[in-house]
Amino acid sequence: MDDMLRELYQEVILDHGKNPRNFRHPEDATCKADGNNPLCGDQLTVYAKVGDDQTIKDVAFEGRGCAISLASASMMTEIASGKSISQVQNLFDLFHKLCTGEEEGMVPDEFADDIEKLRVMSGVRQFPMRVKCATLAWHAIHAAVTGENNASTE
Amino acid sequence: MDTTLPIHQNPYDIESIRGDFPILSEKINGHPLAFLDSGASPQKPEAVLQRMEHMYRHEYANVHRGAYTLSQAATDHYENARQTVARYLNAASDEEIIFTRNVTSSINLVAHCYGREFLKSGDEIIITHMEHHANIVPWQLLREAVGIELKVIPIDDAGNLMMDKFEELLSPRTRLVSVTHISNVLGTVLPVKEIIRLAHAHDARVLIDGAQGIMHSRVDVQELDVDFYGFTGHKLYGPSGIGVLYGKRDILNSMPPYEGGGDMIDRVTFEKTTYRETPARFEAGTPAIVEAAGLAAAVEYVESIGIERIAAHEQSLLDYATARLSAIEGLRIYGEAEDKAGVVSFTIEGVHPHDISTIIDSHGVAVRAGHHCAQPLMDRFDLAATARASLGMYNNKSDIDQLVEALEFAKDIFN
Repeated sequence: MDDMLRELYQEVILDHGKNPRNFRHPEDATCKADGNNPLCGDQLTVYAKVGDDQTIKDVAFEGRGCAISLASASMMTEIASGKSISQVQNLFDLFHKLCTGEEEGMVPDEFADDIEKLRVMSGVRQFPMRVKCATLAWHAIHAAVTGENNASTE
Repeated sequence: MDTTLPIHQNPYDIESIRGDFPILSEKINGHPLAFLDSGASPQKPEAVLQRMEHMYRHEYANVHRGAYTLSQAATDHYENARQTVARYLNAASDEEIIFTRNVTSSINLVAHCYGREFLKSGDEIIITHMEHHANIVPWQLLREAVGIELKVIPIDDAGNLMMDKFEELLSPRTRLVSVTHISNVLGTVLPVKEIIRLAHAHDARVLIDGAQGIMHSRVDVQELDVDFYGFTGHKLYGPSGIGVLYGKRDILNSMPPYEGGGDMIDRVTFEKTTYRETPARFEAGTPAIVEAAGLAAAVEYVESIGIERIAAHEQSLLDYATARLSAIEGLRIYGEAEDKAGVVSFTIEGVHPHDISTIIDSHGVAVRAGHHCAQPLMDRFDLAATARASLGMYNNKSDIDQLVEALEFAKDIFN
């Protein structure tokens, strides 16, 4: 059990959780969405700047949450930046499978490096109650770039 | 005290009580279970488990219907459970005991049947800043329906209710005061008797949310002179799925029905239906039959130990837990009211409550993490979440020691 915990709370995650990247509110964001986990009250706001070419130029977030949700949000901002909207949607789908332990299938070459980085989050699959923490920021970026404004893990 | 009950004599026999709860011998992730989430729902004693199984095996049928032996037996057990609850609360009559699903449905029943019948636009309802969502949202729904105003009694930083502010809020427009008995987050025990006295002096009715109150204190509805008191079976060591609404009989009989259906009617024609008096009026459909018997068994079990002795045991354990937790560096306790029951909410600097909960679970320790369905209270303290250790009659110092060790482990992971 302690091993599973150490895998969940590995150094990379603790680092992102303590020092989240892109933890800010960009003035020039073109869209944003709130991510709520109504079960626990955690709340993130994800901001994105989407260019005319439907590419995400900048992603940032603010809010509060557990180490898992903050680390996942932090990593999401690094990975989503520079991607197209459809790429982010595909990545979200792959990441969700990674977190729940569902068969990922073939990971397209274009996402191989990103999924490798995100694989540090896969420890969460041993803790089903915490999967929503890991996916909250991805729900939010998905909602932001598709014009939904609100994302809920419910 | 009833001296005919031989099981639990002085002093408080914690080992014997623990032996009554089968689940306490479970191992969780290789560790003994330190169950510190009784505030959410305590574990169940053998007496309740056996009572319910026995009824299903030997005494089960639907109630208030059949003319056969089993149906009569089930009806008797169901109505006897009502009498047991009435006696436990010292209600004037068992007709004042309505079986509901839980406290939430008890409060919603009052909001719907009393609120919509007797309250109108401009009337005021007073609640406190430390209410559970179950004692906030039903009044907001009522506000949307009839236009009442909702006033909130503030609390101080220690979690004490500011009684002087309450007196200021009371006015001729105050029609109902609905407050928790004990805060599920801060552990604050509210001065409900004084609240009721003051409200009555202003001709306002009082509803007490007894979700936590019922498990940590003696409730005597006549002594309190309370108009409505709601509690839930599962928080009194009984089954889930059954709750109680106590109400003064005259008030209940002045209220229209809640749900329509079988059991609550006097006579039905397509043109007009007449309704029965309380409690039947408010119990449409097949009720939680076996759960009622289980609740009665739980009440009797608690009586066999004595709620005052349980409360005293929890109080000494609360003092121990407070001292041990306070010694942990970076740990902050929320809720330091002068009168406080067995609930300890806390945060640890640098470790989010969810992470605490997941990590200490690996050491067999069960606590709740989150907003505890009290988001306005969390906002009051600028918190998104706390971890909460809450005590039941069966907890002991080892549970607290196990919690403290597990918290040190959690801190170690984060450092």
